Amino acid sequence: MRMAGRKIFISGDEAVAEAVRLVSPHVISAYPITPQTVAVERISDFVEDGSLQAEYIHVESEHSAMSAALGAAAVGARTFTATSSQGLLYMAEVLPYVSGARFPIVMMNANRALAVPWALLSDHRDSLSQLDSGWIQVYCEDAQETLDMIIQAYRVAEDERVMTPMMVNLDGFVLTHTYELVELPDQAALKSFLPDYSTDNKMDLDVPKSVCLAAMNHYMEYMMKQELDMRNVESIIEETDREYGDMFGRSYGGMIEQYMCDGADAVLVTLGSVTGTARVVVDSMRSEGYKVGLVKLRFMRPFPKAEIIEIGSKVKAIGVVDKDISVGYEGIVFTNVNSALSDLDRVPQRLNFIAGLGGRNVSKAHIRDMYMQLLEVAEGKEKEKIQFVNARCEYNG
Amino acid sequence: MDRPKVVKYKEPERAEDYPVGATFKAGHLVQTNSGWRTFRPIIDQDKCIKCLRCFLVCPDGAIDKSGESLEIDYDFCKGCGVCAHECKVGAIRMVKEGADEDGR
Amino acid sequence: MDKNMVTNARELTNTEFFYGHKACAGCGGSLAVRLALKVLGQNSFVSLPPNCMSAVGFLFPQISFVTNAIIAPFAANAAVLSGIEAGAKALGLKDHHVVGFAGDGGTADIGIQALSGAIDRGDRIIYICYDNEAYMNTGIQQSGLTPYGARTTTSPAGKNLPGSIKMKKNMFEIVAAHGISYAATASIGYPEDYLKKVSKAAQCESTSYIHVMAPCCTGWGFPGERTIEIAKEAVDCGLWFLAEYENEKFTLNRKPSSFSPVKEYLMKQGRFRHLGDDDISIIERHRDHKWEKMLKNWDS
Ligand SMILES: Cc1ncc(C[n+]2csc(CCOP(=O)(O)OP(=O)(O)O)c2C)c(N)n1
Ligand code: SF4
Ligand code: SF4
Ligand code: SF4
Ligand SMILES: [Mg+2]
Repeated sequence: MRMAGRKIFISGDEAVAEAVRLVSPHVISAYPITPQTVAVERISDFVEDGSLQAEYIHVESEHSAMSAALGAAAVGARTFTATSSQGLLYMAEVLPYVSGARFPIVMMNANRALAVPWALLSDHRDSLSQLDSGWIQVYCEDAQETLDMIIQAYRVAEDERVMTPMMVNLDGFVLTHTYELVELPDQAALKSFLPDYSTDNKMDLDVPKSVCLAAMNHYMEYMMKQELDMRNVESIIEETDREYGDMFGRSYGGMIEQYMCDGADAVLVTLGSVTGTARVVVDSMRSEGYKVGLVKLRFMRPFPKAEIIEIGSKVKAIGVVDKDISVGYEGIVFTNVNSALSDLDRVPQRLNFIAGLGGRNVSKAHIRDMYMQLLEVAEGKEKEKIQFVNARCEYNG
Repeated sequence: MDRPKVVKYKEPERAEDYPVGATFKAGHLVQTNSGWRTFRPIIDQDKCIKCLRCFLVCPDGAIDKSGESLEIDYDFCKGCGVCAHECKVGAIRMVKEGADEDGR
Repeated sequence: MDKNMVTNARELTNTEFFYGHKACAGCGGSLAVRLALKVLGQNSFVSLPPNCMSAVGFLFPQISFVTNAIIAPFAANAAVLSGIEAGAKALGLKDHHVVGFAGDGGTADIGIQALSGAIDRGDRIIYICYDNEAYMNTGIQQSGLTPYGARTTTSPAGKNLPGSIKMKKNMFEIVAAHGISYAATASIGYPEDYLKKVSKAAQCESTSYIHVMAPCCTGWGFPGERTIEIAKEAVDCGLWFLAEYENEKFTLNRKPSSFSPVKEYLMKQGRFRHLGDDDISIIERHRDHKWEKMLKNWDS
């Protein structure tokens, strides 16, 4: 049954804080970094005013933030942390600890460019550098989805078939600092969607254990187990998304969302807030008769391989918008999409648009241009395969 | 003697059967350390004044004080000689492994 | 004396909580861990960063900790302890201890930031630094607590250098400067004193710190049977000291009327055997200066 909730006008950071208050973790440990700060400030307010009963640990670094979360999760506490950019990389060492120990910590990451050069605005190089950390990664399009995904993240991560940490990504400033009307799920209904967390995978006074152990001769098998379990996560993400939709009226399509892909010749693959701009472009181009569609990639790990193959088998051209670059190769999302497509007998044409680095604007006009180029390569024209979008100057491609 | 014992461990045959997480039960011993020893400590119970110093300072906790007299857990004694070195009355002798009690 | 105080072998439980590990025969660090856990008991959550004690204790499927235990990231043993304590508190757990064992490197170098944070917050954790004066697990490299003149694999002694050319970082006073509620130095050469200090730390309502000298026969170059002797002599010759910091006061627990010869202590160990009289007098002068300050400013 659909439960309507209260609507409030908040930013993405505040939506994170509201979601955290709703799921009520036992322990929060976080260290401030722009543009995540407002989230931890609001959470601190909630702890102060008693509306969130949690231990808030004022750690002295991100490395300690994740380590304290690890310690708390290791005794079976529900745990939250939040970071961005430099902070994420500073805690990088601890990410495989948490995933290898299979602790369902949920973390918000405000996507922000990596230094140097310094830039405060959003791109995805921070979180994409951690694709191999063993964490589930989801990317949000707006504040509402962010709130919903923090909640869903706990349900997925804590599922005993999953027991894997999850990183909820939202674009810095574009989402963290932009206000929109957000609906809060009904607290009582949420209790039945997300039961209290309990697990055997913890240090337990009655059943003592060693955790984060060394397994020199069994390392390979522990990793195999982790990978095999991760392969089941996709169906649990989808089941969770459906159930959330049934209860609260919003679902997001699971691993990916296909927007106007039926009958499309060319599709763009996007991650995060740029999806919103691309939707508008698709609407207007469709009304002009162009056969274009949009694939909103929601999860980067596990990677929606089957879905990408399915789309690849239907279209003539696929463009990938990468707000990142793996220097020396290409966009990171592009690499992932390509490896999925390589399973097809007939691979569609592909273009990689490196855009939005350091928060560089990606306008409707830029996206329209991407679609026009895709439609041209779909007809057999040659285009530069990896392009920088909206650069201030010319370059040798 | 009240000391942890070695248990039989059967390796999982399938990856699925490994624990969820790099986690395992506490105090799970699958092999002894007795092979490390070149010398074996032997307590002369007649000389021993039960001061418990050897029990206190054994790095491996291999000396048990629960019985009438002190007992060494030879499964886990590494033969380091700390106990013999620290015994004030010389009640512990280090005897070459393989030799008899008199060291022959 | 408090009924919870354990001050000698008779009061100490026969039960072992760190057993069947793969530390070198005669390892001082393993005795420091063993004794502390015997005081703290089964209801302990133990955290260790990478170091010799975690390397020898968590070798799946040979698990030597009988209590709950975790390997923490190297830089963050104190933060993991804080997290355990916060989680245990939030879950309503009672009558447990949260205790960490980090080496000198894990404490005075890479782990000092997290330790400082935990002390500053006053989290109820017991942090024990077992000091073997080098990075032993990685093969005897120099750390911030390696003393002057010690030969390590990264401070070789040769024609130009006498081994390490710096004195030990003053961890005890750095910790005390935070205004911590209880800090102590100890040595496994004085095991009863160490037991008493662990008992005191166990009763502390906020952060406590114990810095225990724990000789490493392998890295220091002496026969394993001499571990306790060397640990005692470190105190007796004045290069280490037994002290406490509580109620904002330093107290020297042991004030030798005269020191045993430094040279004897040094020459028993391979890592110092290359030292000449000049270097030994540098070490003695530093010792005397330190003791002068301690005797002047601390209670005894
Ligand atoms: C981040 C990181 N850097 C380096 C290491 C390598 N490392 C593992 S144990 C160790 C030495 C630890 O020295 P110490 O803390 O003094 O303990 P000990 O081994 O002497 O007992 C080092 C350098 C590591 N595990 N992690
Ligand atoms: S140290 Fe010697 S005298 Fe004391 S209990 Fe051990 S064997 Fe007996
Ligand atoms: S020889 Fe070493 S390990 Fe064996 S009982 Fe004596 S002190 Fe313990
Ligand atoms: S190297 Fe030293 S500290 Fe490490 S286990 Fe051996 S004796 Fe102990
Ligand atoms: Mg060391």
